[in-house]
Amino acid sequence: MSLDHTAVRHIARLARLAVREDELESLRSDLERVLHLFDDLAAANVDNLTPLAHPHDQSLGLRDDRVGETDRSEELLALAPFSQGGYYLVPKVIE
Amino acid sequence: MSSTAFPTLAVLADELRSGRRSAVDLVQQALQRAGQCAALNGFVSLQGDEALAAAAAADSARTATAAPLAGIPFALKDIFCTKGITTTCGSRMLQNFVPPYDAHVVEQLHAAGAIRIGKTNMDEFAMGSSNENSAYGACVNPWGSDRVPGGSSGGSAAVVAAGIVPYAIGTDTGGSIRQPAAFCGITGLKPTYGRVSRYGMIAYASSLDCAGVLARSAQDCATVFQAIAGHDDRDATSVERPADDVQASLDKPLHGLRIGVAREYFGGGVLPAVAQRCHEALAELEKLGAVLVDMALANAHHAIAAYYVIAPAEASSNLARYDGVRYGHRCAEARSLDEMYSRSRAEGFGSEVKRRILVGTYALSAGYYDAYYVRAQKVRRLIANDFAAAFASVDLIAGPTTPTPAFRLGEKSGDALAMYAADVNTVAVNLAGLPAISAPAGFVDGLPVGLQLIAPAFAEARLLNATHQLQRVTDWHLQEPAA
Repeated sequence: MSLDHTAVRHIARLARLAVREDELESLRSDLERVLHLFDDLAAANVDNLTPLAHPHDQSLGLRDDRVGETDRSEELLALAPFSQGGYYLVPKVIE
Repeated sequence: MSSTAFPTLAVLADELRSGRRSAVDLVQQALQRAGQCAALNGFVSLQGDEALAAAAAADSARTATAAPLAGIPFALKDIFCTKGITTTCGSRMLQNFVPPYDAHVVEQLHAAGAIRIGKTNMDEFAMGSSNENSAYGACVNPWGSDRVPGGSSGGSAAVVAAGIVPYAIGTDTGGSIRQPAAFCGITGLKPTYGRVSRYGMIAYASSLDCAGVLARSAQDCATVFQAIAGHDDRDATSVERPADDVQASLDKPLHGLRIGVAREYFGGGVLPAVAQRCHEALAELEKLGAVLVDMALANAHHAIAAYYVIAPAEASSNLARYDGVRYGHRCAEARSLDEMYSRSRAEGFGSEVKRRILVGTYALSAGYYDAYYVRAQKVRRLIANDFAAAFASVDLIAGPTTPTPAFRLGEKSGDALAMYAADVNTVAVNLAGLPAISAPAGFVDGLPVGLQLIAPAFAEARLLNATHQLQRVTDWHLQEPAA
C-alpha cells in the first residue's frame, strides 16, 4: 500500500486533524510503514471465519428502565471552554 | 538489602487493625518516599493533603475487622476519572479536565477505605509501551535511570517498584499492565475483559481496555482484584457473573496443573537470556507439581497486525469526542467550527495519538474497511479460537511477557514499528479478552524479566494461585532496585 500527500490530507480531514504542509511527508512515510505492517493480515487463513468484534461474543445486557442520574447539566456545562445561558458556544456556523 | 518497600497488604492490614501502625504513618511514609523519588516522574499529581485527611479519618474509625485495604495508600493511573481532581490521561488535551464524577474503580476503592495519594504518569491516552508519549514528561524505570518503565501504565509500575505505594491501579489494552510490571520487576494482573467496570475509565479501545492491578506479589494482586471486580450497570460490557473468591484458592497445591509452554512466545525476537529466565521460573513451577506441556499457538504472529488495526480503529472513533466543545483543549484562534475541531485536536494531541487516529481512520474509511478492519476482526477470531483450542488440553499458557528487559529511553521512540513489535507477546491476550499475569522471573544484566501466564476467561483465581505458589518458593518478586 502506497500513500500520497492527497491521501494523507483526505484521512486527516476525515479525522478532523489539522496538518501543516511541512508535516505531510513525515506523516505519509510514517503511515505507509504502519500500513505495510498490515500486509500480514492477508497472509492469515480466515476462510469461513466471522469477524470477532467483542471478546466474549457477548450480547448487551438488559437492565430495568429506571432513573439513575439526576440533572447535572450545570456541572457538565462548566467543563466547556465556552458556554452561555445553558448552551455550548462554538464559532458561528451560519453566516 | 535496605528495604524501602511496604510489607504485604495482609501484614499492613493486620498492623492497622491492631493499632501497631496508623494510616497517617503509612500515608506519610508514602508521601515522603514519593518526594525522595521525584526524579522518576511517576506521578502527574499528588493529593497529599486529602490523603492525610482520609488517613486521619481512617485512624479514628479503626476497628479490628476493618476491610483489607482500609487505611492503606495506593496510586491511581491518571486515566481514571476522579471527582474534583484533574484527570489528564497523559494528554495536553485534558490538562484542565476536572471530572464531576468518580470512575467505578475509584468508588470501589474508596468504599473499601483505600487511600489514594496521587495519580500516575502514563502514555497519552494509554497509547504507548514506554511512557515516553506522556505530555507530562517520560517516567523513569527505578531499576535504571536510562531505562523506560514500560507503558502505558509506566508510572503505576514505577511507583510500586520504587516502594512508594504497596499497589497501584493501571489499565491494559495491549499489555499496558503486564509489560511495565515485567520491566519494573513487579506483579501485574490483567483481568478478564468485562470483569472490572470501565465506567469513568477514559476510553482508548473499548473492546480491549481493561482495568487491573500492579503490586509486589500475586497475593496482593488478589486482595485488590477482589475489591475492584464485579458487575456495574453503567458499563454495558461489564459481565454479570460474580467474581470468584480468588484469595480462597491461593494456597491450592499445583499438583497436576498443566502449563502450556507456547513455542511462539519464545521465538523470534526474544532475547535468549530472557527465555532462559522464564524456563527457570517454569522449572520452579514444575517442582511444585505443575506439568509442562510443549504447545503451539499457530497464529500468534498475526496478533500485532490485528491489534494495530483494531485498537487504532476503535481509538479513532472514541477520540472523536475531543472536539473542543464540551471539555478539553480548545484552539483559541479558530474562525470556523471546522477549523476549531481540527486545530483543537492538532494542538491537544501528541504525535503517537495522532498517528493512531490517522491509522484507525484509514482502516475504517470507505474502500479499506473490509481489507483492514473486517479482516483484522476475522484474524481476531482466529487468535481467540487458537486459545480456546489450546485450553482444551492445558490449564495455563506461559511465555516471556516481553522479548527483552526494559529498553533505553529514546531507544525506540523514533521508530513506531519497533515499539509496536515489542508488544508481540501481550496483545493477543487482549484480542481474546483473557486474563493474564506478569510475574518477576529473575534478572538479565541487572534488569527484571517477567513471566507471563495466561488463563481461560474468568480464571483469574488459577493465575493468582499459580503465581502465589511460585512466589512462595522464589524471591524474585522481593528484589528491590537500589534506593
